[in-house]
Amino acid sequence: MRIPLVIILTLAIVAGGAAVDAQGKGTIKIATQSPLSGGQAALGEGIKLGAQLAVEKFKGPLEKMGFKVEFVPYDDQAKPDVGVSNSKNIIADKDILAIIGHLNSGVAIPSSEVYKEVSLAMISPANTNPTVTDRKYTNVNRVCGRDDVQGVVGSEFAKSLNAKTVYVIHDKTPYGQGVAEFFRDDAKKKGLNVLGFEGTEEKSNFDPIITPIRARNPDLIYFGGIYDQGAPFFKQAREKGVKSKFMGPDGMDSSDLAKIAGKNVVGMYYTSAAGPASALPKAKQFVEDFKKKFGKNPEPYAAEAYDAATVALKAIEAAAKGGKAPSREDVAVAVRKVKLSGITGDIEFDAKGDRKKALYFVLQVDSDDPQKWGDNKIVKQLAIAPPSASKN
Amino acid sequence: MDLPLLLGILPQVLLDGLILGFMYALIALGYTMVYGVLEFINFAHSEIFIVGAFVGVEIMLGLKGAGMLDRLPWPLVLVLVLLAGMAASGLLAVTVERVAYRPLRHAPRLIPLISAIGISFFLQDAIRLFESLWRNAFNLVYPTMDVLNVRFELTQTIDVSVKSLVVIVAALAMLGVLHVLVNRTKIGTAIRAVAEDQAAASLMGINVNRIISLTFLIGGAMGGAAGVLFGVQYGLINPYTGFIPGLKAFTAAVLGGIGNIPGAMLGGLVLGLLEALAASYLSLLTGGAFGAEYKDIFAFSVLIVILIFRPKGLLGEVIRGRA
Repeated sequence: MRIPLVIILTLAIVAGGAAVDAQGKGTIKIATQSPLSGGQAALGEGIKLGAQLAVEKFKGPLEKMGFKVEFVPYDDQAKPDVGVSNSKNIIADKDILAIIGHLNSGVAIPSSEVYKEVSLAMISPANTNPTVTDRKYTNVNRVCGRDDVQGVVGSEFAKSLNAKTVYVIHDKTPYGQGVAEFFRDDAKKKGLNVLGFEGTEEKSNFDPIITPIRARNPDLIYFGGIYDQGAPFFKQAREKGVKSKFMGPDGMDSSDLAKIAGKNVVGMYYTSAAGPASALPKAKQFVEDFKKKFGKNPEPYAAEAYDAATVALKAIEAAAKGGKAPSREDVAVAVRKVKLSGITGDIEFDAKGDRKKALYFVLQVDSDDPQKWGDNKIVKQLAIAPPSASKN
Repeated sequence: MDLPLLLGILPQVLLDGLILGFMYALIALGYTMVYGVLEFINFAHSEIFIVGAFVGVEIMLGLKGAGMLDRLPWPLVLVLVLLAGMAASGLLAVTVERVAYRPLRHAPRLIPLISAIGISFFLQDAIRLFESLWRNAFNLVYPTMDVLNVRFELTQTIDVSVKSLVVIVAALAMLGVLHVLVNRTKIGTAIRAVAEDQAAASLMGINVNRIISLTFLIGGAMGGAAGVLFGVQYGLINPYTGFIPGLKAFTAAVLGGIGNIPGAMLGGLVLGLLEALAASYLSLLTGGAFGAEYKDIFAFSVLIVILIFRPKGLLGEVIRGRA
């Protein structure tokens, strides 16, 4: 066997020549899947780099046990078909014991069906769609929040703003309509008057939708959707003299919102399941390390990816207690038992793989300058448990 | 459901519908004029329209970058941008005709149609490629000129912004000029002659190819103007934005009677009004059962009903003599 020799040599060098008990127990790989090319590459790259940082920082204990730890990033291009075909390659590589990903729920859901075949532990940093964990797969977990809570966080905040009447618009996608429905239902429960609930696929001309809204003058308008549609809507509404407060879900969390709508969205609120890393008290070191190593600020979800990778390493460590390379099942079981204090707060999973307490933020747009998007203020931060009786 | 609310927003809805309708009318002219002379649907017209919008935004961003946008008088900026958009789209339409349609003029009808769809895809991705290399952007935003957003309140519920007035005035002026051009000038007579019978027109000494190019130039220029007005009015464009307004304008042309210039104007206005009324009132009148997302279904249902009773459109065929 040649491989053990290589490992011995490598470890000998790494350990500075110390007499390490490295009998070459094999390689352990941690993989990421996120879009590294295409329009969402900035966020996907952040996930990859966040996870990479965690692997480099916490691989020590496993290496002491005699394993070689490798980090393997995959590019899912934000496309379900690419994600699934990558997943098939991933499960074929027996050394991969955990996967950190994806960015898009639409990619994560079909890909996790593949991981499930071999009980490969998936820890998602970013997928907020309830379905991701509501299938109750034992190998699927997430460190971020859920849309059904995000909508509720929004309506709670709307109430705290003293809004009595709200108008809800959505983009008719599963994400946008889903989160808008959660917002609407909870707003009704809290006694807010929902003046209207309207879906539209329109991208340019919102006049006919705005006119009835303006006539009814709601205290707050909620747009469940993505910034490329929300921004022109809010811009046109303001320009037509609508004075309501504006609000949206994390689909609005992009500097392009300010770029498109400019001063019209200054003061607008949006909820998020991934606050800016700079706002997390325990993430100071992470932000510094990240900047030092990669020369840029971490994107949203990079801190979550860092925590997800940390969880994966701790779980593998726990499963490898006997000194043997653990099986994928062992790792998946161990992930659910992990308790640790991560940079995004305390992490512990419930029976479905949701975080027992996930973080949700309400942020407010501070400036019409897209460059200053990162300076948006956190106006509220909440740690909330997932709903016990969710759909499906 | 309260009646005061329903009636109160009506004038505003009609006004918004009118603005949208004028835009459809301007685009529809490109479809209908080309159909008039060639009996062929130029499916690349939606991209010719959006190229006008892109040229407009590039000029405005250029002016803004040079710090000129606020210093020049705003009507001058608008006229400049409109003319540039018209010139670019008109010339593009002529080029497209020369490259993609003229070689196929005597081929079976379906072949230039497919060529048109191909040009449409090509232009979409050419714009996307250009903008991603040039600005690294997909969505482009028309720079805000505050004076355009000034609103005149007519009553408490009705107001009209300067930019809406600009759209209406510019559209009316262009439609008027076109009407005079087609009906009162020699060139117009030549266009109508070519539309009626190409062979006879060429026997009368009319250069048919040149008239066809001219038709594309005028139709394209109208589309380019509509593109600029669309950008000024709604603010956000991307390389694929042209598709839906193009489809609607084509519908408007059919509604008015394709090949018929006043028909295209009428069809555009009717479709714009129907769409605005449906989007504003459907959810109010049905208690939310049918929302704004059904506006197109409503508008197209009306279209189908009209075409059942008037298969040649509202104004039939005036320009084309042939059946």
